[in-house]
Amino acid sequence: MSTAGLVSRRDCSHQLHVLAVDDSVVDRKFVERLLKISSCKVTAVESGIRALQFLGLDGEKKETAGFDGLKVNLIMTDYSMPGMNGFELLKKIKESSTLKEIPVVIMSSENILTRVDRCLEEGAEEFIVKPVKLSDVKRLKNILTKGDKGQNEEDPLLSLPLSSHDLASSSTSSSSPFKFLDHRSKRPRLQG
Amino acid sequence: MERNQLHRQVALMRKSLFDQWLLQGYLDDQFIQLEELQDDANPNFVEEVVTLFYKDSSRLLVNIDQALEKKPLDFTKLDGYMHQFKGSSSSIGAKKVKAECTQFHDYCRAGNAEG
Repeated sequence: MSTAGLVSRRDCSHQLHVLAVDDSVVDRKFVERLLKISSCKVTAVESGIRALQFLGLDGEKKETAGFDGLKVNLIMTDYSMPGMNGFELLKKIKESSTLKEIPVVIMSSENILTRVDRCLEEGAEEFIVKPVKLSDVKRLKNILTKGDKGQNEEDPLLSLPLSSHDLASSSTSSSSPFKFLDHRSKRPRLQG
Repeated sequence: MERNQLHRQVALMRKSLFDQWLLQGYLDDQFIQLEELQDDANPNFVEEVVTLFYKDSSRLLVNIDQALEKKPLDFTKLDGYMHQFKGSSSSIGAKKVKAECTQFHDYCRAGNAEG
């Protein structure tokens, strides 16, 4: 019935639809642009509650029927938000039988190891330290379009060649490229 | 014809201004990222983001001012506002602002410990 999380085969353009959640208007605009430049369809909302409403979970367990055409392929959420934070949103999504397959990425300006671990353990695909880069979005997009060839045991992330060249792609970032390695090495197996 | 010249001139001025700020350490690499996201189809992107940043910052600064009036100081609240401010400064590459926020955050931490 519900194929939330998988790219719809009816969708001719195969455009990824990303739901971006962030309470900061500046960050929303920024991430929205990154995604649009990467040819993704974007819906940006300001809170976890709004995100759940958009996804058809009105804070309640029951999913509204007839919810279609708005299939979300990826959720990118800020961690620190007033009210429901990114972690709580992640939990709600993973607890939902219809939404749990949608990959969730957490974004945070703080690279706190316990926070990263907690999110990954709860099922987040990635933990991205802000500011988000175009290369982050491109990487995510590659993973999603590759991984859609069928959910298999092999972790698509681990099969990607990871060199420092890949990491330092677009920007001469002052932040260490190893921030990716840090949380990647902590990734649990995908859907065991 | 004149209008185009003026447009070009404004673009040059803006570029000089931003280059200055980059050199002086007011802006960092993230700002370059922002500029790279601008193209002919979205020629006002940087301006739009910066405008949003100013509006957002004004709002936050008002909140911070009000919070600073309260006795005793609510460091958690102040810290929260600062965190937001720091976040958006970071996203547009406002390096100096971000550094000041970090300083403020440290003061809040110290304040809380004494609190």
